[in-house]
Amino acid sequence: MKIFVCAKQVPDTETKIKVTADGKNIDTAGIKWILCPYDEFAIEEAIRFREKNAGAQVTVISAGPDRTTETLRTALAMGCDEAIHVAIPENADSFLTAKVLARAIEKSGPAHIIFTGKQAIDDDAAQVHQAMAEFLQLPAVTVVLKAEYSANSVKLEREIEGGAIEKYEVNTPCIIAAQKGMNEPRYASLPNIMKAKKKEIKKFTLADLDVKEGDVKIQYKNITLPTERQACKMISGDVGAQAKELARLLHEEAKVI
Amino acid sequence: MKILVYCEHNQGKVKKGSLELLSNAITWGVEVHAAVIGAPGSLENLAADINQFAPQHLHYVENEKLTAYSPDAFSQALADLAKAITADAVFTSVSAQSKDFFPRLAVKLDTGMASDCTELNIQGEKLEARRPLYSGKCFANIEFLGPKPYIASVRPNALGMKAAKPGAAAIAKVSAKIETVRAQVKEIVAKSGGAVKVDLTEAEKIVSGGRSLKSAENFKMLEDLATTIGASVGASRAAVDAGYRPHSDQVGQTGKTVSPVLYMAFGISGAIQHLAGMRTSKVIVAINTDPNAPIFQKADYGMVADAFQAAPALTEEFKKLQH
Repeated sequence: MKIFVCAKQVPDTETKIKVTADGKNIDTAGIKWILCPYDEFAIEEAIRFREKNAGAQVTVISAGPDRTTETLRTALAMGCDEAIHVAIPENADSFLTAKVLARAIEKSGPAHIIFTGKQAIDDDAAQVHQAMAEFLQLPAVTVVLKAEYSANSVKLEREIEGGAIEKYEVNTPCIIAAQKGMNEPRYASLPNIMKAKKKEIKKFTLADLDVKEGDVKIQYKNITLPTERQACKMISGDVGAQAKELARLLHEEAKVI
Repeated sequence: MKILVYCEHNQGKVKKGSLELLSNAITWGVEVHAAVIGAPGSLENLAADINQFAPQHLHYVENEKLTAYSPDAFSQALADLAKAITADAVFTSVSAQSKDFFPRLAVKLDTGMASDCTELNIQGEKLEARRPLYSGKCFANIEFLGPKPYIASVRPNALGMKAAKPGAAAIAKVSAKIETVRAQVKEIVAKSGGAVKVDLTEAEKIVSGGRSLKSAENFKMLEDLATTIGASVGASRAAVDAGYRPHSDQVGQTGKTVSPVLYMAFGISGAIQHLAGMRTSKVIVAINTDPNAPIFQKADYGMVADAFQAAPALTEEFKKLQH
């Protein structure tokens, strides 16, 4: 029984973003790359599933440039059994990413469950899960906080507005996109880190998957930094005077109260 | 250009984010179609909301299988409508629901989607969208390479509600053909103990607290302030991890991304992960005892003060303004 996890390599949350001179990209020099935090929940869920289901095997799969293999090693060190790297260019859109992941899984399956995070924290598009589900013609439930697994189905709780929960039951194979809180991801153990270094990472190119590099639907025309706010207006005085002045400014100047 | 605006509804009302988008769409000089989706006979009462910002056309997209939300069924219903009216673009406000089914819609229509946009620019037959990347640390202008329809979701409060333009849209009933329902909501459970609140992502004003509030009970001060100005209450990750607030109230990188008109941060130092969740807010107010807290660098107005004194004092001042 094959379990897949789709994971993405993203810049560390502390990264200060710089834009390249041509304005088309971010400057990747000096960026510390990490496994997307939401994908950690997906990996943890997949490993827990394997621990309860004899014969299950977890394959982590990631689409991205060559450096993506580092992130696949992190996933292997957490306990994934196998890793697949799909080589795609930097900044490929969600459409292409979902398509290649779907095709790579089709070639390596059949999948019982495909886990992923609710979104990647680089472009925050939150599209690949449902887009991949559409390519694979599978059910998908996203922003999942809880899953109960049976032989041929899964009961799921999805978080919506105001912390409310939508309940689903879907047949396997299916796609589950994890929300923070679904579980508590484990740290990689030292023996697993050592083992992960030696594991072979399988590679697919776009040609292997019969997908053209130009099969993207949107692209970045340019990237700009946000306009800096004007310097903060500090309000002085005792707390009573400060509160009075702030209320006045919000009412008369900012006009938001 | 012909655009289709998906209007989400809940408990017999069109959601505010959808109306905000519609209020903008009708000022763009394009042909605007609005669509609502649901069970047969359940949609007629939504016309009153839609007609405050009357588009040329309003479609009731109906089927028994659309009674409860399903990403498969909703995306199919809207894809078929977009094809039938040959829409050049399909837009929605960002919500838990549209985030879920719009990516499927895009693949069904063999097209691309720009999510969570903060600006849309239509020029002739071209669309350009602007959206934050890396949690708002930078912005990308997005080009659509086709084919049409172009798809975009827009962050609530980003465009702003425009003036009402009452009228009467031409109404069309559409019997949607739904083939496959693979996942569908069986039940919705509200969060225990709480009445249904405005979600942080939709809130126009947010009052947030950090760990320096010291307990869950002390958030009552912020609740009082929030009630006075019609705001929702948020929290930093530290406050959530300390158990003062639920994760659904967390603003930041691993919580909610919000862009309200007013964001007030009480006792939040302004870690980069917190800023990631609120930096696109229109007006940011910071209240902190530490004059060197990084939050002041991102704020419009700052008060070096103790949240415990500042919150009640501000509540009183806001009350005075309302008289």
